[in-house]
Amino acid sequence: MTKRQKRMAAVSALVLGVGLAAVLGFTAFRKNMMYFQTPSDLVAGKSPVGAKVRLGGLVEKGSVQRGQGLLVEFRLADCAKVIGVRYEGILPDLFREGQGIVATGAMAADGQFVADEVLAKHDENYISPDLAASLKEQGGKHSCGEFKSQVTMGAETAAQGVQP
Amino acid sequence: MNWTWFHRLGSPPSFFRFAERLAPWLAGLSLLLIAAACYAGLYLAPPDYQQGDAFRIIYVHVPTAAISLSIYALMAVAGAIALIWRMKLAEVAVVAAAPIGASFTLVALVTGMLWGKPMWGAYWVWDARLTSELVLLFLYIGVIALNGAFNDPRAAARACAWLALVGVVNVPIVKFSVDWWNSLHQGSTLLSVDGIKNPKMSTPMLWPLLASLAGFYLLFAAALLRRMQNILLERERRAGWVRELMEASR
Repeated sequence: MTKRQKRMAAVSALVLGVGLAAVLGFTAFRKNMMYFQTPSDLVAGKSPVGAKVRLGGLVEKGSVQRGQGLLVEFRLADCAKVIGVRYEGILPDLFREGQGIVATGAMAADGQFVADEVLAKHDENYISPDLAASLKEQGGKHSCGEFKSQVTMGAETAAQGVQP
Repeated sequence: MNWTWFHRLGSPPSFFRFAERLAPWLAGLSLLLIAAACYAGLYLAPPDYQQGDAFRIIYVHVPTAAISLSIYALMAVAGAIALIWRMKLAEVAVVAAAPIGASFTLVALVTGMLWGKPMWGAYWVWDARLTSELVLLFLYIGVIALNGAFNDPRAAARACAWLALVGVVNVPIVKFSVDWWNSLHQGSTLLSVDGIKNPKMSTPMLWPLLASLAGFYLLFAAALLRRMQNILLERERRAGWVRELMEASR
């Protein structure tokens, strides 16, 4: 091997080695890289009452009920399961039915998720208002497929809209 | 294939003259494109059906974020060339690109935060996309610091090249973080498999974005050429061609 070939081998070995380490590391810690869990995860995993988690999903159509003051209750769904959420506080502007959101909070004893922070998750679609009107029946193009459940991970479920 | 043009371009004086001719055109064209994109993005494009006018930050955020990744990839390629073939110009490219990359990354992060507060409800969250982009900023700062830590510019450039190669693993992580993991950040609008079949953006919103992307890429190219010229002048200040240049400009 010439000197140049040795340097070429060293550079390739470095890039491949670091790449391999990253693949192994992130595969092992895939769960920890998830910013939020889905309703399916919480239903299956039976998150202990009081443990702080983030829950991401779509606000189910027709499920939002305002209570006294800033209290609001709604159901949050992914492609498979639904969880009731209770939240008291100011909602982000993008919060609406059919919208993806991420709520931070914990499961309560009554099986509801009590949130103390709600963030809106915007999707990757940018649509002008007139076009949006003609797409109205879709009610926003958010699909539940972007909420990756650890339970169904591997068996990729087809992306489909949430049925009310 | 004939490679003489490539070898000629690889010599500092030829590259300097080539950059001197090309850079003003790139800069001029980039300003035209960015001005057109600003006008079209701010006045002609309709507001988004959900975000209203706030979506217009994409005309800065998306190009700067895309370029922040491209620059790092370019640094890694130049770094490999510098390490394997010991090409001076590639060393200069690695060192010259880092501060530009850091600036684009910072702009992408700040514009994203300004958008995140009204839309998500938070300036910052530690999801995979935001965290890996922040790591990218730290990698750029690392390259800049490493370059400053050596007295010998060639040794400094080679150390920077190694760091660029180690850090390049982060580039696909930033790009695909939104596909691999649950994140608050939305997925890719332009570069996704089904996005090419069914566009995820209305045309009057899309073309200012493409113009802005092209404009910012040209701006980066012009800035890179200028920075490389400056670094070459400093490194080769004792070489005959620089003295001739100085005499001529006096």
